[in-house]
Formats: sequence, structure tokens, C-alpha cells
Amino acid sequence: MTTFLDTTIDKLIENFDFLNDWEERFAYLIELGKKLPPLSEAEMTDEHRIHGCQASVWLRMLPQSDGTFDIHADSDAFIVKGLIAVLLLIYSEKTAEQILDTDSTATFERLGLDKHLSPTRRNGLHSMVSRIQALAAESTAQTV
Amino acid sequence: MSTDAKPAGLTKRDGGINWATLRGDFPILHETVNGHPLVYLDSAASSQKPRQVIDAIRHHYEHHNANVHRGIHELSNRATEAYEAARQRVAEFINANSRDEIVFTRGTTEGLNLVAQTWALENLREGDTILLTEMEHHSNLVPWQMLAQRIGAQLDFIEITGDDGELDLQWLDEQLARARLLSLTHISNTLGTVNPVVEICARARDAGVVTVVDAAQSAGHTPVNVQSIGCDFLAFSGHKTCGPTGIGVLYGRRELLEAMPPYQGGGEMIAKVEYRDVTFNVVPHKFEAGTPNVAGAVGLHAALDYLDAIGRDSIFEHDQRLAKRACEQLGEIDGIRLFGPSEGRSAVMSFILPDVHALDLATMADQKGVALRAGHHCNQPLLAKLGVPATARASFYFYNTEDEVDRFIEVIHHVRKLFA
Ligand SMILES: Cc1ncc(COP(=O)(O)O)c(C=O)c1O
Repeated sequence: MTTFLDTTIDKLIENFDFLNDWEERFAYLIELGKKLPPLSEAEMTDEHRIHGCQASVWLRMLPQSDGTFDIHADSDAFIVKGLIAVLLLIYSEKTAEQILDTDSTATFERLGLDKHLSPTRRNGLHSMVSRIQALAAESTAQTV
Repeated sequence: MSTDAKPAGLTKRDGGINWATLRGDFPILHETVNGHPLVYLDSAASSQKPRQVIDAIRHHYEHHNANVHRGIHELSNRATEAYEAARQRVAEFINANSRDEIVFTRGTTEGLNLVAQTWALENLREGDTILLTEMEHHSNLVPWQMLAQRIGAQLDFIEITGDDGELDLQWLDEQLARARLLSLTHISNTLGTVNPVVEICARARDAGVVTVVDAAQSAGHTPVNVQSIGCDFLAFSGHKTCGPTGIGVLYGRRELLEAMPPYQGGGEMIAKVEYRDVTFNVVPHKFEAGTPNVAGAVGLHAALDYLDAIGRDSIFEHDQRLAKRACEQLGEIDGIRLFGPSEGRSAVMSFILPDVHALDLATMADQKGVALRAGHHCNQPLLAKLGVPATARASFYFYNTEDEVDRFIEVIHHVRKLFA
């Protein structure tokens, strides 16, 4: 559940617009990242690790009884945790089909993240989206 | 052209150099980043260029540009003269015996690969040992790993003592007795350690071990003299010494260079070519296949003139003054882990804050115009040994000021508040 984030992707976009500069936006992402429940040490395994990010990132997708997925992810860096929170608002609690149908590029553009993240950060974000969609695709392949 | 490359901003104050006025020579230092004046603290990755270097390159393209060593015409002669004058200048800069000992490369990385793929490939055998240190940059590690895998040689490492990043030399003689080649960095790009290369190379020589020195972090920061170091090879990059990117230097002792096979094949490196046979050119041209980076060499020439007009002794003193000021203020932060020696270090400093990840710090510092590096600094095994995934790194050069050190510390405190 993403209720811990206490916001929606639309509200996030609105708040981003409202903030004056990128320092404030990053500070907002950091605050969002702080709300993310941490993964346990036991979950921080190589299997759940996403490579291609500068920071360490771990991500799990837990299937729910209603066919949706809860995404649990964590990082050692707070801005990355903030970005994970954004991804959760976009992808968590969705079905595999919805996850595969959702293109987050437009949302990142509306947030301005496409321009204000360093190229290596953008790659890291891309790696996370790829992992989420790959895990979703894997699950649909299994159920067919 | 060497007379053009004098620092315009070189003025004296209190009997010493007025460092602040030198900044006037560096156009890029007047940039604004995210609404703040740039504080550039990433010179260990690449240094900025004074106008004198930029002008020398422009002058070359506007007046002397042509291919070298081939033409009969005036421009080709001018280009060849400029290129060979740069080689002579490099020889003087590192006190080589002759300009024939200077090979132009793309940078430190290419110089180290050249030694691995020529001298070492020719002379090392299965079972031989290549001795490195635990603090080598990937470019002084991976070429040796590739060679070792190819010929069945093995790698051995001089260990570091801990967070203070000194080399543990107590087993050096035993390690040298087993080794055929030693390649080590003069100054660590992560720890800021200045290694005692003179002593180490002397002991290697006594043991009959060939020595390679990675001077990427030292050549522009402190006097580097290949004869007093007593090494067989030494490599550095133009772009870290106020020169352009894409040009670097490999020094090799003449006897070794002459006995080595060439690196790449092509134009320039030959004396005579038939369809099935080739005679190679003399050193150093034997190692410079194809049209070289002439403008890069010209820019490097201007950069070396510029540095020597200031004096590398003075530059090192200034570096140390800034390092001391930064280390003292960083040291006051509760729970900080600061890597590298406390004395006699270079102005490269890596650290981890107790409460802010290195990447977060660098991202937020950038919002304030302060350019830091964060990550593994091409030193993954070293960071693994220290047990950290990433560090933040600030690196200073002579164009940085005490005010910038203070601004850097101020920004750290500001960022820590955001994460509190
Ligand atoms: C110690 C050291 N060695 C080698 C290199 C590689 O230099 P270049 O990328 O210019 O070839 C660097 C650059 O970061 C360095 O710091």
C-alpha cells in the first residue's frame, strides 16, 4: 500500500509546479523518500538488487490476492528513495497488465525529472522501471 | 609559442603568489551553476583550462594546421615543428633524458595499456607476477588483469594500512622478489596519498623489477622528475594538468622503448613498407600510429608552460594549504569518516558523512553550484576493501581559494540540515 506516502501522483505533480526551484523539489523528494518503509536486511539480497544505479537499490514485487502487485523498494540514498516513491505512486497496486501498459516517461517529463536528473541518475531510474516491467511480464508469462 | 603561455594573472602578494588573481585566466570559473557562482571541486577528474591553453589551440588551427611529418609545404612544417616542440617541452617537464623517450598517447589509460600490450606482453611469461597496489585506479588494474588472463601471469598487491590509506611496505622486498613488474600510482585519486615512489622504485630496481608510475594525479600538482624517481615508465594525462582532453604522455626509458614491439600499426610508425614486410620507425614514432593529436600536443605545451611559470612546488604548497583547511573543518563534523593520510597528502579528499549519502550530498551541493564527485571513483576494489559503497570527493587545484573551501563546508552543513 502506498498510503504511507500520503499523496497521489497528480498531487505530486501539482506540488512540484508550486515549488520555486530544484533545491526545494529535491528537498521534497527527500521528505517523500523518508516515508518509504525500509526493506529488511534479509531482503537486501543480490537477487533483489538493481544494478545500473549509482546508489544501491533493492526492489521486490509482492503479488496480492486481487491480482495486483505491491512494490517494496529501498536505497541507501534518500533522493533515490524519493524517486522510488514516485515510481510506487505510478506502478504499485496495479495489475501486471496495467504495469506493462503504463509509460512513466510522460510523468517524469511533467515533473521535469528528465531534464534535472543527471544522465547517470536517469539511467538508474530507467533500470528501476525496466525491472518493475520485467517482473510484471514474468508473472503474466507464468500464469498463461 | 611558449612565451604566450605565461599566466596573465600571476601577481605577487606578501612575497608569494596571489592565487586569487590567477582565476582570471580561467574563463569557465566565472560560470554560474543553478544560480550560484561555480565552485569547482572536481579537478582530480579533470582540471579546467586557462585561456592561454585555449588560445594556443585556436592559434594552431588558425595558423599552423596541417598533417605532421609528411608534408613538404610550409604549414606541414609548422605543424611538425609545433608537435615536436611539444614533445621537447614534455621531456623537460618531467626531466627525461631525451624527447625520444616521450610517446604521445590519448591519456594515462592508453599509456598504461601500451606498456601492458608491448613491453609486458613481450617479456612476461606464464606464472610471472605483476605487483600493483590496492589503491590503483581501474586504468592501472584492468590492463594488467587482461594481460594476466591472456598469458597466465598473476597479480599481487601492496596492501593499504586502513582508512589513512598509506601503503604497507613491510613485505615489499619479499613481494618484489617474486615480481617481474611493479605498476603503482604516485598519488591516489581517492585517498590523496602521496606514495614514496622514489624509495619504492629504488627497491624495485635493486630487485630487478621493471617499474611503471601512474602520474595522472601528480604530474600537474607536484614536481615529477623521472630521473630522480628512477622509474622505467611513467604515464599522465593532459586534461588533468590544465591541458586539453585526448592527449597524454608515456615516458619510457630509451633502452626499453627501443627493445619493445610497436603498439598499433599504421602510418607514421613505419620506416619502410612492402606488401609482405615492414620495417618500423625509430622511437618514439614507432608507438604513434596514425595522425596524432597535434592540436592536443600544442595545448599541452601551453599548459606545461603555464604550470611551470607558477611553479609546481608552489602549486603543491597551495594544494596542501587548501587540503589542511578542508580536512580541519571536515574533521569537526561528528561521525564523519575521512579517508587518506592526515599529513603530507594531496588535495584530493574522500569522505562519508554519518547522515547524508555521498550521492545525495553531491546532488544537493550541485544545486548550490558546488561541483563534487560521488561514487567509486574508478576504485571499486579499494572501496570494497574499505567497506563502503561510495564516497563523496572534493579535489582542489591552484585556482581554488580558501573562500571556496569555506563555501564547500558551509554547503555541507546546509545539506545536512535538509536531511536532518
Ligand atoms: C590515478 C589515475 N590513474 C589513471 C587515470 C586515468 O586517466 P585518463 O582517464 O585520463 O586516461 C586517472 C583518472 O581519473 C587517475 O586518477
